[in-house]
Amino acid sequence: MDKSSRTSTLIAESAGYTLVHLITLATIIPILGLVGYIIAKGSPAISWQFLTAAPTDGMRAGGIFPAIVGTVYLTIGTAIFSVPLGVAAGIYISEYAADNAATRLIRLAIINLSGIPSVVYGLFGLGLFVIFLNFGTSILSASLTLSIMTLPVIISTSEEAMHSVPNSFRVVSTSLGASRWQTIRKIVLPQALPGIVTGVILGLERAVGETAPILFTGAAFYLPQLPSSPLDATMALPYHIFVISTQVPGMPVEIQYGTVLVLLVFVLGMNLIATLIRTRARAKRVW
Amino acid sequence: MNKFRIEDLSVRYLDNNESLRKINMEIEENAITVLFGPANGGKSTFLRTLNRLNDLADVKEMSGKVIFHEDNILEKTTDVIELRRRIGMVFSRPVPLPLSIYENVAYGLIMEGEHDKKKLDNAVENALRKAVLWDELYDRLQDSAYAISGGQQQRLCLARVLALEPEVIMLDEPTSALDPVATAKIEELLNQLKATYTIILAPHNIQQAARMADYAAFFLMGELIEFSSGKEMFLNPRDRRTQEYVSGRYG
Repeated sequence: MDKSSRTSTLIAESAGYTLVHLITLATIIPILGLVGYIIAKGSPAISWQFLTAAPTDGMRAGGIFPAIVGTVYLTIGTAIFSVPLGVAAGIYISEYAADNAATRLIRLAIINLSGIPSVVYGLFGLGLFVIFLNFGTSILSASLTLSIMTLPVIISTSEEAMHSVPNSFRVVSTSLGASRWQTIRKIVLPQALPGIVTGVILGLERAVGETAPILFTGAAFYLPQLPSSPLDATMALPYHIFVISTQVPGMPVEIQYGTVLVLLVFVLGMNLIATLIRTRARAKRVW
Repeated sequence: MNKFRIEDLSVRYLDNNESLRKINMEIEENAITVLFGPANGGKSTFLRTLNRLNDLADVKEMSGKVIFHEDNILEKTTDVIELRRRIGMVFSRPVPLPLSIYENVAYGLIMEGEHDKKKLDNAVENALRKAVLWDELYDRLQDSAYAISGGQQQRLCLARVLALEPEVIMLDEPTSALDPVATAKIEELLNQLKATYTIILAPHNIQQAARMADYAAFFLMGELIEFSSGKEMFLNPRDRRTQEYVSGRYG
């Protein structure tokens, strides 16, 4: 290769590098633009009263307190059902299941479960929980539906987190006379915990923002009072956004953006917590 | 007196990888028995069979007998947890558990159900003294076990085994990740410990085998080629393959 063609190769390479760099930078523009736009349009609506009062005047005024409370209830309800089940399934697949056809089938099922559109979960929940089990349109039905949707994320991330704990720890623990469950409880789970918690938060975060699964199973268009039992229907932020954006004529725009901003803070806040846990655990990790 | 009597032991893995064929030998009490030979000769498999750690691996077939206290420990009815408490093991790389120094040493006892703080404190101190670590670590027992040097970590792994007051200590190339100074410390320690324990050592080179062996077993491709006292093995090997290996012609 002579000198000039080498130079042109170098120029082409650095041009390509710059291009890839710019494209990568471009991916953060949509998220910055979106968040910035929502904050700019929504923040004027945010006030103490907006966060703590019920909607009035056909939802055209007042606050969004019932929707916030409803979303918190749904998140807690979803966590109650999906976290124990998901983590237990993750432990089983990672630590106990033999590597055979049955296990592969379970894995395949989990992967496919996470690919199902959320509206299908909603219809499934309507059929099973609302109608067949007769829980009605309620927080219970909606939480169960969201739990099924969240399970795959929790199972896979728990399994992944436990899988990444070095096998040498298990061998050493066993060689010191620990049973399999003792090894899991004392060594594997504590080491995997930050990963599991991160997965749980990311799974719940998805549930918080979903509209379709709660549409048929638990979300109310408008409720004058807060739900008093798990068998009551509830307002929820994502569905409330849908309602005030499409179903209510003459809706003030800043209330719409304000509601979106609250949901966004909810979701991004959870994301931030997950990131913090992960970063801190990674800094402390010895392996 | 022998501690183990091994009769016709054969082991095969699912992938037919490393295996043992018809091993017959006895392991003498209060002595160091050295298992040596080229890599993949079956030494690790042999060690992991004696404390049934092989249960964690993909073993396809296991036949023959390993007699320990008159029982064949390969039987399904063996209490493997109790067995592993009596037969301790140190691995080639120091693997401290992700806990404090204290918790590492007390780990086996706590798993056994011992919660008496006084007893645990005593056991930890005793074990660390036996492993000649107490003077170096007594004031930092609550530190992470990863905050100490590699040589200290390996002696900590030994202390962790000693805390359970086992009868047998097996060491699988325990000094392969250590520098010569740390290696010398471990070897000196083993020479002291053999007065009270039965020691089985897979050394990481032939010089260490020759230095340490009261008894020596030469493993080649899953077979026990020769088994004799250490002196005889390294001065006067009978089998041609042993002679060639000891004199450095292959391996």
